[in-house]
Amino acid sequence: MTTMDNKKITQDTLLQGETDPLTSTPVHLLNLDKVGKHYGNIIALRDVTMAVDAGRVTCVLGDNGAGKSTLIKIIAGLHQHDEGTFTILGEDRKLSSPREALDSGIAAVYQDLAVVSLMPIWRNFFLGSELTTGVGPFKRLDVERMKQITKKELQDMGIDLRDVEQPIGQLSGGERQCVAIARAVHFGAKVLILDEPTAALGVKQSGVVLRYILQARDRGLGVIFITHNPHHAYPVGDRFLLLKRGKSIGYYNKKDITLEELTAQMAGGAELAELAHELEALGGHKDVVAEVEAEVEATESRRA
Amino acid sequence: MTMTATAPVTDERVGKKSTLSKILGRPEIGALVGAVALFIFFAAVAPVFLQPASIATVLYGASTIGIMAVGVSLLMIGGEFDLSTGVAVISSALMASLFSWYFSMNVWVGVALALVMSLGVGFINGWILIKTQLPSFIVTLATFLMLTGLNLGLTRAIGGSVSTPSISNMDGFDSAKAIFASSVNIAGVEVKITVFIWIAMVAVASWILLRTRVGNWIFASGGDSNAARAVGVPVVKTKIGLFMAVGFCAWVLGMHNLFAFATVQSGEGIGNEFLYIIAAVIGGCLLTGGYGSAIGGAIGAFIFGMANKGIVYAEWNPDWFKFFLGLMLLLATIVNLVVKRRAEQK
Repeated sequence: MTTMDNKKITQDTLLQGETDPLTSTPVHLLNLDKVGKHYGNIIALRDVTMAVDAGRVTCVLGDNGAGKSTLIKIIAGLHQHDEGTFTILGEDRKLSSPREALDSGIAAVYQDLAVVSLMPIWRNFFLGSELTTGVGPFKRLDVERMKQITKKELQDMGIDLRDVEQPIGQLSGGERQCVAIARAVHFGAKVLILDEPTAALGVKQSGVVLRYILQARDRGLGVIFITHNPHHAYPVGDRFLLLKRGKSIGYYNKKDITLEELTAQMAGGAELAELAHELEALGGHKDVVAEVEAEVEATESRRA
Repeated sequence: MTMTATAPVTDERVGKKSTLSKILGRPEIGALVGAVALFIFFAAVAPVFLQPASIATVLYGASTIGIMAVGVSLLMIGGEFDLSTGVAVISSALMASLFSWYFSMNVWVGVALALVMSLGVGFINGWILIKTQLPSFIVTLATFLMLTGLNLGLTRAIGGSVSTPSISNMDGFDSAKAIFASSVNIAGVEVKITVFIWIAMVAVASWILLRTRVGNWIFASGGDSNAARAVGVPVVKTKIGLFMAVGFCAWVLGMHNLFAFATVQSGEGIGNEFLYIIAAVIGGCLLTGGYGSAIGGAIGAFIFGMANKGIVYAEWNPDWFKFFLGLMLLLATIVNLVVKRRAEQK
């Protein structure tokens, strides 16, 4: 992007002269340093270090139970961390509510929590932050303006829109995610947390959402993209944080890792080998076992 | 970049949505079709039904259900329902009546106190619901039983009888009656004032629902309260407010009952809560919340009024009324369902 509009927070302002956002210590949009969280005696997360910058996508990868949700809950203000530091624009923070996170420019788009499906698109877009006109008892919704803005914002995201009056439940899963993203962008989010936006989507729809992630990035937002699919993360991500059982098992800049390595790290070669043995013990089909074994070999050779 | 005036881009996937299918997509359309059909039916079997005086009577019957149905509809759109409404009406009337009588005060003091109490009952319903996270069925069933007991027990303890002593010759009775229970003469036909109160309340409720932030919050709280909360909608306040709105409606109807008859039977009102819920459901409000309209509830109440009085005008045995009510509920909800599905497919 050569032109900068007002909404874009420039990387220069943010990094104050630093050139490499990964190795630099100064001001990231968000920065987590050795963050940890425990619920009673259960350690949900420990030693997580990651950064988010404007116009960059930070991917958080991990299997179920890896601590992804705990991490985003800390960033989105639903939970507070117990260890380490969490800074927003260099300032040490502990967010106590989603509202406080929103006020700091952090918006989370949850997979299932995005919208109220029976309500029209424009009502959903402005839900909780409705525009009004008039005073006193005649204060009313500015319906026309809200419809217009909704239409425009969605067009800017490149969403080919049908009719803002239709219930949002009639949109496809990908489109709904996009409306939620466009909404967060419109209401001044600087950091966008996307919780598994592609998990429930088909191949084509996932592609659509990935494109919108890039759109949001190009508009100058810092994006945190949570997923368990390295094939979705790699093409759009700038940084990759890998979580496993509540611990960071890797934090890479894109230039330092290939898709194959990322996949291998995610899958965990040892676990695949174990799976092969289990299948054998169960007397599974020979060809399936052979396939898994081949996969293990391939993974190991890549690692070597 | 230069801005050029281009024709608005239309999406090729937007098939022209005909005006007809737009109308069919409204929540209250099923009820409207039913109301028209019922009107024609009774007009055909009982010619007296069409006389202005009969219509005024039908409207009065409809208004006594409709006033409550306004609040109940909003509450249902907000995702909850209230089983205590029937007795809450009587509680409100008893409060105003017994307080004024016992302390020999101007009845307006009792009226004001009854308003406070009705809003309070609504608040408590909503507050317990939010705090305990129990379904509204259980919470309001408990309120229903408690109010029923209080109505009977306190009336006997204070007034010494199952009905309240008449307050017709107390201070302020006439002015209160003029507001809550008078009639307006329109072209020679006496129309009860509740009809106008009802229409005004439906108009205000529709305005709130469709054109204010609160309306948006009501739809959202009923449609998906978690999503609503996540985007900053004050779901708790909205729901408590809705229960209080229901309390307000109960107060209006309670005052009408009191000043229309000057005395209140403490055991009345039981079972009426279902009529209000039926009116809302016939009117297209979704039991699960998030969908419906205030107009729909009004049409539902009108259907009820027509069936109730129409049976009398047709000179049938009123024993059959409940049967027709049940049949109508079933038909109306099926029509709503079919119409809604068809409209959504187009």
